[in-house]
Amino acid sequence: MAAAIPANGIAVPRELSPWQRALRRLVRRRGAMVGLAVVVFFVVLALFAPWISPYDPLATSWSAVRKAPGAAHYFGTDEIGRDVLARVIWGARASLMAGVISVSISLAIGVPIGLAAGYIGGWLDMLISRFTDAMLACPFLILAIALAAFLGPSLANAMIAIGIAATPIFIRLTRAQVLAVKVEDYIEAARAVGNSQLRIALRHVFPNIVAPLIVQATLAIAAAVIAEASLSFLGLGQQPPAPSWGSMLNTAKNYVDQAPWMAVWPGLSIFLLVLSFNLLGDGLRDALDPRHV
Amino acid sequence: MFRFLVRRLAAIVPTLFFVSILIFGLQQLLPGDPAIAMAGEERDPNVVAYLRGKFHLDEPLPVRYGYWLKGVLHGDLGDSVRIQRPVSELIVEKLPVTIELALLAMTIAIVIGISAGIVSAVFKDTPVDYAANVFALWGLSTPNFWLGILLILLFAVKLGWLPASGYVSPFEDLRANLASMIMPAFVLGNAFAAVLMRHTRSAMLQVLSSDYVRTARAKGLDERVVVLRHALRNALTPVITLGALGLGELLSGAVLTEQVFSIPGFGKLIVDAVFNRDYLVVQGVVLFTATVYVTLNLVADIANVLVNPRMRG
Repeated sequence: MAAAIPANGIAVPRELSPWQRALRRLVRRRGAMVGLAVVVFFVVLALFAPWISPYDPLATSWSAVRKAPGAAHYFGTDEIGRDVLARVIWGARASLMAGVISVSISLAIGVPIGLAAGYIGGWLDMLISRFTDAMLACPFLILAIALAAFLGPSLANAMIAIGIAATPIFIRLTRAQVLAVKVEDYIEAARAVGNSQLRIALRHVFPNIVAPLIVQATLAIAAAVIAEASLSFLGLGQQPPAPSWGSMLNTAKNYVDQAPWMAVWPGLSIFLLVLSFNLLGDGLRDALDPRHV
Repeated sequence: MFRFLVRRLAAIVPTLFFVSILIFGLQQLLPGDPAIAMAGEERDPNVVAYLRGKFHLDEPLPVRYGYWLKGVLHGDLGDSVRIQRPVSELIVEKLPVTIELALLAMTIAIVIGISAGIVSAVFKDTPVDYAANVFALWGLSTPNFWLGILLILLFAVKLGWLPASGYVSPFEDLRANLASMIMPAFVLGNAFAAVLMRHTRSAMLQVLSSDYVRTARAKGLDERVVVLRHALRNALTPVITLGALGLGELLSGAVLTEQVFSIPGFGKLIVDAVFNRDYLVVQGVVLFTATVYVTLNLVADIANVLVNPRMRG
């Protein structure tokens, strides 16, 4: 630990900021670190797919239809001779993009609305809360399917659908956090020195509700990855022939007796990525909210 | 209790009102003329004309909503463009299959989830606890359609013990019905078992460290009696809410499970409707699911108040 040496010669430990303390607690959690490592691994796969991928994920080969894993194709080939490893690597892009973009949509819509509901209160809060209740009354996947169906099947629309369906959780969380924070003494002090309402909300309330939002966003990415895979599995997400883990599983279920490897690798990838985000989210929650532990 | 019920029922009305606006709003997402979009790929002029009249598409939006809501309140969710039958009739027809699947999944989830939660709390920080936590993480992270494919591979293709897909009514052959439903029910209940396990563990840990449990132990009661009779009873109160809401979640999770195992239920109805562009069926299913979910929420609140009268508020 870094220490300052004052004039009397006694070393006093340097005071760490709350974020630095949280980071230290996070680093000590083995599960979270393993989760982070796997997430980074998939991010690298997605970013460098054109260089890492052994084959073109769309290239078909009629002489290599449903080949079992071997030296030429480590994960085997699919029903039209495409390399499964190449499609798994490229599929990471669709899953990660869907996870990050749809949660960004939820945050971009949910946080300002929740902030307004909690901070302004009154009829606006009542209206927003009832609408949030209504959205939460529609089960997440059913609402995402319905939105994707009405918007039309595509990866972009699936991301919008997942983002909208996940928004009420962020509205409710932000509102609850704002209600807890706005009665604190430092908010009263900020008001007393003449800060505007907007400035108080953005400069004083918002920074103090970020921690639970980070935790929820991490866990929501895990849910969004599964949701994208589910929509693609149903044919409402990434459209063929573009690679996506969900659509690969949809095809694989028809060949499970002849080519089980077609189902194993994309499913394992979804599982590992979701597990990693869940481990990281749990670790972040423990690190940012020590009372939870 | 009566006042609580009235208050709680009154709170449902605005929620359902907003649900109706949300679901009516789905139609507005359709690009171009909604009547043409909803008429399916054939775009039969008669169907287009029927839809235009049915939804009063020439009228202003609030008026259209009023007509739609009036129909819904009279149980008229419209007719399926594809199957040419009332949507409400289709839902009622498919629902028993999904309810059977969801109840079986719930039973499996309760048996596995609550037992694992109790064992995990009683043996806190031992290998048993770690194993239960790993099970919970596995359950929460596994996509149920992948688990379904893996189980088909193992139990239907490799071992030949269970049918890979299909559905047999319990009134035709109960044994065949259970054989066809056990895998889908396990797949559907797996994630919920993990959620139940985590909640039961956390509630049990809290209760096991409370004063009255310490007193029960100090009186020399057998540990099994302390855990099962004294601690579990109180720990299960929050699980009631979770159980009721879980049933709603299982209804929606059934969409994927029914697709993997080709079960002709409520979930398959919505997926088929999506691909047939049968938007009225999609809308009807969402409205129905939301209403069930709100009702289950109410049931959970009433059950909680019956167990713990202090919660009347």
